[in-house]
Amino acid sequence: MSVLVYVENAEGKFKKSIFEAVSYAKAIADQLNTSLTAVSIGNVAQDELQKLGNYGAAKILNVNQDALKSFINQAYASVIAEAAEKTAASVVVLSNSFSGKGLAPRIAVKLNAGLVDGAISLPELNDGKFIVKKTAFSNKAFAYVELHADKKVISLTPNSYKIVETGSQAVIEDFAATVKPTDLTALIKDIVRATDKVSLPDAELVVSAGRGLKGPENWGMVEELANLLGAATACSKPVSDADWRPHSEHVGQTGIAISPNLYIAIGISGAIQHLAGVSSSKVIVVINKDPEAPFFKVADYGIVGDAFEIVPKLIEELKSFKANN
Amino acid sequence: MKILVCISHVPDTTTKVTFSDNDTQFNQNGVQFILNPYDEIALARAIELTDNGAGTVTVIHVGDASTEPTIRKALAIGAHDAVRVNATPSDAFFVATQIAAYAKDQNFDLILAGRESIDYNGAKVPAMLAEILDIPSVSIIKKLSVEGNQGIVEREIEGGKEVLAIPFPFVAGTAEGVAEWKIPNMRGIMSARTKPLQVLEPVEVQTSSKIVKFETPAPRGQVTLIDASEPQKLVDLLHAEAKVI
Ligand SMILES: Cc1cc2nc3c(=O)[nH]c(=O)nc-3n(C[C@H](O)[C@H](O)[C@H](O)COP(=O)(O)OP(=O)(O)OC[C@H]3O[C@@H](n4cnc5c(N)ncnc54)[C@H](O)[C@@H]3O)c2cc1C
Ligand SMILES: Cc1cc2nc3c(=O)[nH]c(=O)nc-3n(C[C@H](O)[C@H](O)[C@H](O)COP(=O)(O)OP(=O)(O)OC[C@H]3O[C@@H](n4cnc5c(N)ncnc54)[C@H](O)[C@@H]3O)c2cc1C
Repeated sequence: MSVLVYVENAEGKFKKSIFEAVSYAKAIADQLNTSLTAVSIGNVAQDELQKLGNYGAAKILNVNQDALKSFINQAYASVIAEAAEKTAASVVVLSNSFSGKGLAPRIAVKLNAGLVDGAISLPELNDGKFIVKKTAFSNKAFAYVELHADKKVISLTPNSYKIVETGSQAVIEDFAATVKPTDLTALIKDIVRATDKVSLPDAELVVSAGRGLKGPENWGMVEELANLLGAATACSKPVSDADWRPHSEHVGQTGIAISPNLYIAIGISGAIQHLAGVSSSKVIVVINKDPEAPFFKVADYGIVGDAFEIVPKLIEELKSFKANN
Repeated sequence: MKILVCISHVPDTTTKVTFSDNDTQFNQNGVQFILNPYDEIALARAIELTDNGAGTVTVIHVGDASTEPTIRKALAIGAHDAVRVNATPSDAFFVATQIAAYAKDQNFDLILAGRESIDYNGAKVPAMLAEILDIPSVSIIKKLSVEGNQGIVEREIEGGKEVLAIPFPFVAGTAEGVAEWKIPNMRGIMSARTKPLQVLEPVEVQTSSKIVKFETPAPRGQVTLIDASEPQKLVDLLHAEAKVI
């Protein structure tokens, strides 16, 4: 028995959400009195792989094969399942990223395992039961899922588990995976990535704005506030529907669901479908001129007033805060 | 072109979510059910791709008889025929296995699903289904077109997008952008009543998960209001009290 964690890389580097997944998997390995192995696919330098030791991976299986250079979920799922068989893993952990969502269900089927997608805390192990908490009903509830198959696959929601540094070292081993040509029929034609921006699902701080801002020409102050904070920008659905902002910024029930440490909502009313995507944010700040806006009911901090006056002042205050801290 | 669209039947987006039986069951009392919004987008795109006799669209749903109005809605929007697997689904693997059992010898070129159901939010059925059928899967897609015997899709990735060419058949989980929602017209609603709806009995499945308890989030504390003339107070509170900056 062992625990296996899949460590997805972004152009050869691991993001914070991956260190969270490794820390989480290490805690499960401790619960089960076993050790943690990580599997990495793609070209990742040794010193980057070695970082995983510090979060509790005892061994790293390094799969660096030409056929697996780009992410094709069918092929990657086969490799991870093969690594799970090889290490006799009873639990496989992934980060619930866009790629993770495409992998976890396939791995679960291959291993005949039970799956929890988007776990938000460690499993509860009582009387031989294995129960994992996740969000359901678009953040309006939590569900406790019991996995009763021998093997388990868990994908962890980013920003829901704290990184723990163990100070240990990992042993890196090359792993030659079997690649089936039938797993590689999908072909990637193009990848477009805005590299200068904090990506929304990974962001710890998010500044978001809605129809209250009147038009796309007024987003300058939103971007400035976000830049000052090192935050990602987001928006409500009508804003992206009107093409004021790209669809990739749309949060809510039909957009992206996020759980950052701080969510600042400017000129957003707080419709139930919007809240569905943001209500698990740890701290919510609402700036709205209408004191009756429903968003204030779920906010931690609120300012009632005109965003066009408040946001520029807030930017000035943050600049002087930054200068002094 | 033969397309299968998987549809789920979910509580309306404005539903107040409560639980019964000691917080073990979703309380369906007074809840309005709808066709999952993402599945509606998938269906709309399937109809566009098969317009003017270019193909057929079948919808499939795994659920008991109470879900038939949702299936009829899909037929009213424009699906040609429907299949209902007569079972109360227990988890995503159960659903995927039922759909696979039906689809495996039907020669669909393309199987579309929503990116996730808005109730259990699993985002699991499409990839599980593809794995059982041993075909490619792709999610979350924002664009879908056909080029000969392959689909060209745009997939969302962290901070950007990826374009893939995938040979048919494959499974795709769709999101907004793929098509506009279609509102059924009178003719659609009338013809939906007579379109074929086949009811199949489920195949046997060993399920591997079960929801044992639900919980609603603890209400947030009172909001701390800050005067509009004192934004520095907000900065102070975010730093000293909330410790997020
Ligand atoms: C099936 C379905 C799915 C949906 N999914 C989503 C989703 O995923 N995400 C989403 O966001 N919405 C979604 N919606 C839409 C949702 O119901 C709301 O319509 C939407 O969130 C409203 O956007 P908004 O708050 O930007 O605009 P509005 O509701 O118009 O609110 C604008 C707010 O700005 C305030 N305001 C105006 N001027 C100023 C000013 N000068 N300074 C400060 N405040 C000001 C107003 O008081 C108001 O509260 C969905 C709806 C449906 C039916
Ligand atoms: C009484 C009752 C009890 C339930 N108990 C549980 C439980 O304990 N655990 C649990 O996980 N779920 C339970 N469900 C939910 C049900 O089994 C879900 O359909 C299933 O879990 C898939 O949800 P998902 O969020 O993983 O779907 P997702 O994978 O998020 O759905 C993605 C897409 O798959 C397709 N799809 C999803 N469901 C169906 C369907 N039924 N038929 C056809 N296509 C579909 C749709 O295209 C959808 O957009 C219960 C449902 C009922 C009615």
